Amino acid sequence: MASLAERVKPREFLSRSGPLWGLVILCVVMTILSPYFLTFNNLFNVGTQIAVIAILALGQTFVIVSGGIDLSVGSVLGLAGIVFGWATAVANLPLPLALALGVGAGASAGLINGLLITLGNLPPFIATLAMLSAARGLALVISGGVPLNPIPGPILSLGSGDLLGFVPLPVILMLVMWAITVGILRSTYAGRAMYAIGGNEEASRLSGINVSRQKLLIYTLSGLFAGIAGILLTARLASAQPQAGFTFELDAIAAVVIGGASLSGGVGSASGTLIGALILGVLRNGLNLLNVSAFWQQVVIGAVIALAVMTDTLRRRKK
Amino acid sequence: MSPLLEMRGITKRFPGVTALDGVDFELERGEVHVILGENGAGKSTLIKMLSGAYQPDEGEILFEGEPVRIHSAAVAQGLVISTIYQEFNLVPQLTVAENVFLGRQPRRLGIVDRRRMREQARRLLERIRVRVDPDAPVSALGVAQRQMVEIAKALSLEARVLIMDEPTASLSGQEVQRLFEIVRGLKQEEVGVIFISHHLEEVTEIGDRVTVLRDGRLVGQVPATTDHSELVRMMVGRSIEDQFPRRRPEIGDVLLKVRDLSREGVLEELSLRVRAGEVVGIAGIVGAGRTELARAIFGVDPVDSGEVWVEGRRMERFDPREAKHRGIGFATEDRQGQGIVPPLSVAENLALASLERYTRAGLLNRREERSQAEKMIEDLNIRTPGPDQEVRYLSGGNQQKVVIGKWLLADSRVLIMDEPTRGIDVGAKVEIYELMNELTEQGAGILMISSDLPEVLGMSDRILVMAGGRITGELSGEEATQERVMTLATQGSETAVG
Repeated sequence: MASLAERVKPREFLSRSGPLWGLVILCVVMTILSPYFLTFNNLFNVGTQIAVIAILALGQTFVIVSGGIDLSVGSVLGLAGIVFGWATAVANLPLPLALALGVGAGASAGLINGLLITLGNLPPFIATLAMLSAARGLALVISGGVPLNPIPGPILSLGSGDLLGFVPLPVILMLVMWAITVGILRSTYAGRAMYAIGGNEEASRLSGINVSRQKLLIYTLSGLFAGIAGILLTARLASAQPQAGFTFELDAIAAVVIGGASLSGGVGSASGTLIGALILGVLRNGLNLLNVSAFWQQVVIGAVIALAVMTDTLRRRKK
Repeated sequence: MSPLLEMRGITKRFPGVTALDGVDFELERGEVHVILGENGAGKSTLIKMLSGAYQPDEGEILFEGEPVRIHSAAVAQGLVISTIYQEFNLVPQLTVAENVFLGRQPRRLGIVDRRRMREQARRLLERIRVRVDPDAPVSALGVAQRQMVEIAKALSLEARVLIMDEPTASLSGQEVQRLFEIVRGLKQEEVGVIFISHHLEEVTEIGDRVTVLRDGRLVGQVPATTDHSELVRMMVGRSIEDQFPRRRPEIGDVLLKVRDLSREGVLEELSLRVRAGEVVGIAGIVGAGRTELARAIFGVDPVDSGEVWVEGRRMERFDPREAKHRGIGFATEDRQGQGIVPPLSVAENLALASLERYTRAGLLNRREERSQAEKMIEDLNIRTPGPDQEVRYLSGGNQQKVVIGKWLLADSRVLIMDEPTRGIDVGAKVEIYELMNELTEQGAGILMISSDLPEVLGMSDRILVMAGGRITGELSGEEATQERVMTLATQGSETAVG
């Protein structure tokens, strides 16, 4: 009975269709410009390259949907990698425990962000800016400023292995995290609370939603995702490096915003974010294939971010 | 000679509402023309056409007989039409003189000539006999003095039309008299003054002519000497009975009991009861502490002492979650800011206060949520293209129904409604009243705060009047009249907060 327009949620439709078309057009252009672009090999290559950023961005999506921002994810990623590296390479702890410590360090950093914001009454920008500095500092303190080695075999194969002989494991991990994010945002109480708090925090509070508790959860999730991204990056680099993830928060925020989320909160989706990360990845990959210098690539990516958000704003205003 | 200003057949539509419908208005030189009307009658919309904030969809504006299009504040300034709004347009950090000449400071070689600016400001302030230091920062001034600075600013523009939107709302009796002296001085200088006020005494004292608006239409234009009951009849229009279709159901047990609720400087030992089937109205002037009372009961703001009981059980904490679980719902006065979540859909907004019900182990049962929402949309006759429509695109009346529906889904038995029909179309208002009837017939109790006196009188079974953070009187529906309510509302208002 319900027509298509009724079944497709306007919010999801809006935040998904625009970026998706952008990605499609970008891929078409790249296919025309470079014969190598549209090959399995190259596409999985793109997927592997963006996996870390995409996981960070998925965690960031919770935060941005709820009207906040998390500037610390890059540093938290670095801290999680170093804690893991220290646990396995220096303390020789069993792998599961080392993994738990690494990911737990990320989640703890996120929880502290949440406490600073709720109990400390700090604006998210300031709280996570402080964590950006502190987490990076801690990573340097723990590692003594040098890479930690060796990384155990199973983790190394997470970085470079594949499934069925052709799907890289980082891509699999990214898709799993995407599916989890979709589930949380769409089908849990917490996910609905994120949209509600981002859309109108006061109305949410007056509707009996425990805003503080939800915020703790939101920032902890972001830290947890950063922790998982930290393990993945360590696996890819085959060593835990204190400077890993430096400035990644900017790419993560860019991916979320290109994916159609609004920094004022209440709007955004997991699929949008994944597409945003893909747009960034395809763009970098394509520009490499076309031999555009790394310097110019940064200029182009800056322009794409501005363009993506501008078209989004224009489209919204037209309604 | 043609009038100073003329508006002919002005029509303005907003989505879902016709704010003005073919309104005529004229202003002579040296005249004080009062615009009277209830909230939502279209007064603000009309004057915003003159300040350049809105443009009419139909009709024309003539200035000294010449058609003009006021499409921006700059055009209004060019025509020397000045508006003094209720909320001031002053920059608190700047001085009085800087504010008076904001954006057009006297300059010499591109540099602000501070001495000349101060001197001119001083002369302007003298002209309206106000003793304010031109070098004082505006933040150091009281409300009345700020108003005077606004007037000085308008004078510095050599305003020929001065629009004053409820200028006396925050002034004391003495200050009002001073303001009126200034207005009389302006009349001598051939300035045309458009004066918006709710106080009928002021209308008679300062006005020459009165234009009455109702529901966006021109009701009539009469001399300011017209007697007050006639003016009220013109403003309200229909007889109160048709407009407020209150049916009185059986009164049941006490649902809400508030005892000695106090908060220093805001609420003073407030006690009240709301029974099942009852609509209890709370009347009072702005600043009497009515919204503060509602927020205290619902646990939004902290209290110093007092108790709230719901259905015979005392609330343990003052907290919105606790209040919700005990069966209290709160439809706030600020629908946009505190009621709805604009980017979420109608269904999601409806479910907002009852999410726990659809949640098992953290997972939402979205099918159940949706079917409940669909049922509520039908029950309350919420006009929306579908449950997935973003709530921001609904009209004010339908948004209000969504807010009420949200609390019904949360099984609220006591509804606190703060200004339930503010900014809502007349037709939708009656629907909200009908809804209040049905809810009380089903055994709910409603605590209704309203500044709309006819609404309080028409819909309440009992009326509590507040002033200065206290309840100054209780009237039954039968014995309540506008005069009795106003007498109680202004009692001890010298000590009123805010």
